[in-house]
Amino acid sequence: MTAHKRRAPVPTPETAEFWAGTKKGELRLQRCTACAHVYFPARPFCPACASRDVAWFTASGKGTLYSYVINERPAPGFTAPYSIAVVALDEGPRMMTNIVECPQTPEALVLDMPVEIVFEQLDDTIALPLFRPVVR
Amino acid sequence: MVQHRSVAVVGAAETTGLGIIPGMSQIMLHADAALNAMADCGLKPSDIDGVATAGESPVAIAHYLGITPTWTDGTSVGGCSFMLHVRHAAAAIESGLCKTVLITHGESGKSRVGAGGWGGGSPASLQGQFETPYGIAGPPSIFTIPVLRYLKTYGIPIEKLANVAVVQREWAAKNPRATMKDPITVADVLASRMIAYPFRLLMCCLVTDGGGALILTGAERAKDFPRKPVYILGTGESSETPLISQMDDFNASRAFRVSGAKAFAEAGIAHADVDHLMIYDAFAHLPLYGLEALGFCKPGEAADYIWERNTAPGGNLPLNTNGGGLSYMHSGMYGMYALQESVRQMRGIAPAQVPGAKISVCHGVGGMFAASGTVIFTNEPA
Repeated sequence: MTAHKRRAPVPTPETAEFWAGTKKGELRLQRCTACAHVYFPARPFCPACASRDVAWFTASGKGTLYSYVINERPAPGFTAPYSIAVVALDEGPRMMTNIVECPQTPEALVLDMPVEIVFEQLDDTIALPLFRPVVR
Repeated sequence: MVQHRSVAVVGAAETTGLGIIPGMSQIMLHADAALNAMADCGLKPSDIDGVATAGESPVAIAHYLGITPTWTDGTSVGGCSFMLHVRHAAAAIESGLCKTVLITHGESGKSRVGAGGWGGGSPASLQGQFETPYGIAGPPSIFTIPVLRYLKTYGIPIEKLANVAVVQREWAAKNPRATMKDPITVADVLASRMIAYPFRLLMCCLVTDGGGALILTGAERAKDFPRKPVYILGTGESSETPLISQMDDFNASRAFRVSGAKAFAEAGIAHADVDHLMIYDAFAHLPLYGLEALGFCKPGEAADYIWERNTAPGGNLPLNTNGGGLSYMHSGMYGMYALQESVRQMRGIAPAQVPGAKISVCHGVGGMFAASGTVIFTNEPA
């Protein structure tokens, strides 16, 4: 977004599959085979029942805007004002993100509006999942 | 469970100065407060055998002050760490691990002399992978994220959030050591500079320098000290998540609820028994979440409760009587100052003293809703 780059994530063994997915334009989540709980962020066991029997799947990338702030202060890679948002995914989990491709104003950022995923390539290894309003 | 009133605060003090203290580094702010607390109760470093702190290592604090501890606690879960230290110290004293515990805080929040920094986690941490890349830039852009959801859920207008800061400024006006004392209105709050929508400057805590220290010992020894003992009646602690995006519910803090319920159950008191309340207020929404999680208000009703002046001077539940993090001071880990005000109220020496107060509840938050600690004090011996 500006000259200085965002602080990029560094994947760990537990999250590598998630970041491999975003690089291919997929939002990969995990579902517990034992109790069917869908969760985020990635880990090789279910946070609801502690089973290690969990499986990756590709999520829809659809959700709704759950809450946000519009930050007015500087951060690496951002030009204020910009939204820092939490999206409720259709599959259940919530995740932090930025809402892009719309004005960064309270009028444009309406709670519970439908959003869909887009991916921003930060560098050769990381694509960051962002969300934009669904245009009806 | 720690027995009621078996442990007491016998020494308590803040740093000599408060606000902007460029002449002291972080560790000296710890030490200045510790020396003042020792002077308050007539003890020397050689009388202390337990040390707890956050921000600095308890090893560093013990060595700096010349203490040889038999018990240390470096629990560091953010600004409520000191509530947890009180809880842990009470258990340690009662079980005989040590006799006299010093808990210190010091932070060069404004002047940044010898201070640590807020880093947002390493890039491989959960926060570094799943929150920091989205431009979170310190507490004003993180701690505030749940609030739009809360306001929508309960239909609360922004004026009632702003009013939290207005009422606390009324308390600060009574406190000579408060950083901000001039009266403000809801309109003033809503006209102040936008920091992170919907949060404006006057809804955010101050950034100041200071410190505080507490000294605790067994209640059987407490009456031998010069000040009126302040007894520990009940305590609680809990944690939820290091990622604010992963809170169970943006309308309520699970850590607040669990910690508060534990403390009330240990103390064996009802809400009507509480004369004085401190709720860590790094931002204006925290007293709302606190009043509801602790059970003083039903979900969604705390903003009206404050609007109706129940927590204001003259109200039935005096809240944040030092002016709070919004107006008194906020170094970064404010919990120690909330504890200091509870102790002053129980000693009967607070600048805005609540007449006849016998029970004070002090509730802290740490790490952006990550953790919580609650301490219930009384000045009535067993």
